[in-house]
Amino acid sequence: MEVLWEASDPMTVRQVGTCLIDRDLAHTTVMTVLDRLAKKGFVKRQRAGRAWRYRPAESREAYVAELMLTALDQTGDRQAALTRFARSVSGAEAGALRAALEAMDTRRD
Amino acid sequence: MVAVVLLGTVAVGCVAAAHLLACASWPRRSPAVAIALWQAIGLAWGVATVGALAGFGASGLAGRSAVGLSGVATAAARAAGMLVGNGAAAIRAWDVLAALRVLSLLAGVVLLAVLCWILIAAIAAVVRARHRQRALLGLLAHDDPKVPGALVVDYPAAAAYCVPGLRSAIVISAGALDLLDQAELEAVLAHERAHLRARHDLVLLPFCALSRAFRRSALALEANSQVALLVEMMADDRARRRLPARELATALLRVGASGGRAPVGALAVAGASTGAAAGRHSASAHSGARAARVPAATLDGQLAARVARLLRPPPGLPVAAVIFLGAVAALLVVAPAVAVLLPL
Repeated sequence: MEVLWEASDPMTVRQVGTCLIDRDLAHTTVMTVLDRLAKKGFVKRQRAGRAWRYRPAESREAYVAELMLTALDQTGDRQAALTRFARSVSGAEAGALRAALEAMDTRRD
Repeated sequence: MVAVVLLGTVAVGCVAAAHLLACASWPRRSPAVAIALWQAIGLAWGVATVGALAGFGASGLAGRSAVGLSGVATAAARAAGMLVGNGAAAIRAWDVLAALRVLSLLAGVVLLAVLCWILIAAIAAVVRARHRQRALLGLLAHDDPKVPGALVVDYPAAAAYCVPGLRSAIVISAGALDLLDQAELEAVLAHERAHLRARHDLVLLPFCALSRAFRRSALALEANSQVALLVEMMADDRARRRLPARELATALLRVGASGGRAPVGALAVAGASTGAAAGRHSASAHSGARAARVPAATLDGQLAARVARLLRPPPGLPVAAVIFLGAVAALLVVAPAVAVLLPL
């Protein structure tokens, strides 16, 4: 997946394999992984001659954003799906928290 | 009929008890007891309401079947009489009662179906969301020696959460790694592990589902936010057993305060606005936190309550009170079930 994100153009299985040459993966292994990713919808593929060319369905940033948005949005079903450590607040409330934090830090010193 | 009256009383009593519990200040002293009581109230309310509605309707049907065919015949005759137009007020009263019984039975059945559906839909949504989280984490997350056993996602804002389930995971953003020191990170991990080990998500699920289904009901929303806070307090307590409370408190404050200066656009705004809304909602309920002398006056309600609790742990409830509340919870669960099952 990293390789596909780095590349600007759609890649064939063989091209992905050569990028991962240090990992010493079999051609079929790469093919299986890409096939699985395609089935899950993370990569899209199109025919190029006899081979498939793969490209990411979304950018890495988009997936990170989706991941974190579900975690940060605690209003929907997500509240039960994920348990979040602390929710972030803004404006005056954040200022109050920082003030409390500074008060604690000075007391420790 | 006695059972119906009893069940009706329990149903109304549960609503009153929920109001009382939402306003009480003792839950923060023993979160586990309070959670058990919330669960008992929720279950008792559901069983009693469905039982009372269905029982009232069915008691009419049972009476008529005892009278047998002749009863049905007289009913038909009266109805025919009413149609012809010489129906007296007494006949109408009889029909109104019968209609009420049928409606009541219908309402009971519908309520039961709705409650079951809400729960099933919530479970399905949760399973879907977690499946997607795990798939995305498999692509994006990496390990970090600073947080053994946790997954790190390269994201600038501070965030820490766990994905409960059989294949559970603790996720920490790169922003949180930068923001917190080693001791604070360990406190965060201990807190999240406590959530995972105790399966707090299963406690939250029904309350979350109810509050989503009955969004108009202030009581359902309040119950959900109370149980969510109590679950956090339980995890805080668990983490505090092994690690100093101060680190957990500063970690909470740091993560909470980071929202205001998070460098990212849409996400930070979304997170902050939901936080602010929840803060407003819970501000009235957690005014007790101020009594515990939080360093600042206008803290986010839930965060403030947790920090105050960590810095000045309140004494646990006396044993007698725990036994009493436990007995109340047990009675709430058993009494409506018995009343439904035993034909009185």
